Amino acid sequence: MEMLYPETWWGFLLMYLMVFVGGGLLCALAQLLIIKTKLTPARILVIFLLAGIALQTVGAYEPLLNVFHSGVSVPIVGFGAALAKGAITYAQSYGLPGALAGGLIQTAFGIGAAVVMSYIVTLIFSPKCK
Amino acid sequence: MTESWKTDEIEKRNEKYGRYVEAISPRTRTLPSLLKAFAIGGLTCVIGELIGDGLAFLLPSVSEEMIATFTSMILVSAAILFTGFGFYDVIARHGGAGSFLPITGFANAMSSAALEFKSEGLILGTSVKMFTVVGPVVVNGIVWSAVAGIVRLIISMITGMI
Repeated sequence: MEMLYPETWWGFLLMYLMVFVGGGLLCALAQLLIIKTKLTPARILVIFLLAGIALQTVGAYEPLLNVFHSGVSVPIVGFGAALAKGAITYAQSYGLPGALAGGLIQTAFGIGAAVVMSYIVTLIFSPKCK
Repeated sequence: MTESWKTDEIEKRNEKYGRYVEAISPRTRTLPSLLKAFAIGGLTCVIGELIGDGLAFLLPSVSEEMIATFTSMILVSAAILFTGFGFYDVIARHGGAGSFLPITGFANAMSSAALEFKSEGLILGTSVKMFTVVGPVVVNGIVWSAVAGIVRLIISMITGMI
């Protein structure tokens, strides 16, 4: 990652402010879609995921990441961008098979953690009454 | 003649019922819910950044990409543990999109579906239902990232030939 912010205490603060504002704006936009349209959360998640894939494909994700850091990588946009990055990278080395597998290879750590942890939590806990 | 009169009457009744439903259903106040989504979403990202910066400080020899991967693994695992303890519901009740758009919301959706169907068995309940909510994200992610990979491959082949 490019060093965009000066390595001083105010550069550090500015960076964290941009993380907060970037992530906050994305979530507020999603919330606005929920209120103003009849889109369900699942559809909104897919829309933001596709936005991440599109941004990575045209090369616009890296510059955004340099400015907002976790503000764009923690929302689902970052997951889409990681999937696309994997597919693009592996397609360059292995062709079509690489394009099919690359997304999963790049995100395998996160998906593996999510599935295994969900399974363990299910074994330990019982659903709470609402 | 009587037919059209009947549909007219039904339409009128539907309209009236629609107004009634609108009047009694609880209204989401726009501005407060936007601010809450902003605050909780932004805060989740700040926590992610803190974890990433902490890891980069502790493990200086690890690549930036692996630090990002470990960070999302920690966020996902924490969110799933929170779901097990029942804390995540509290966050979700206030956060709206601020709690489901970050990767922690993805983890929460997966684990709460897995947990909810525990009573139907580990195989036919938990294992089947784990992807009911996050399935669309995973499927669309794989399909459209493959398209992205192919598009960029074709572009690089064309530019390579020129």
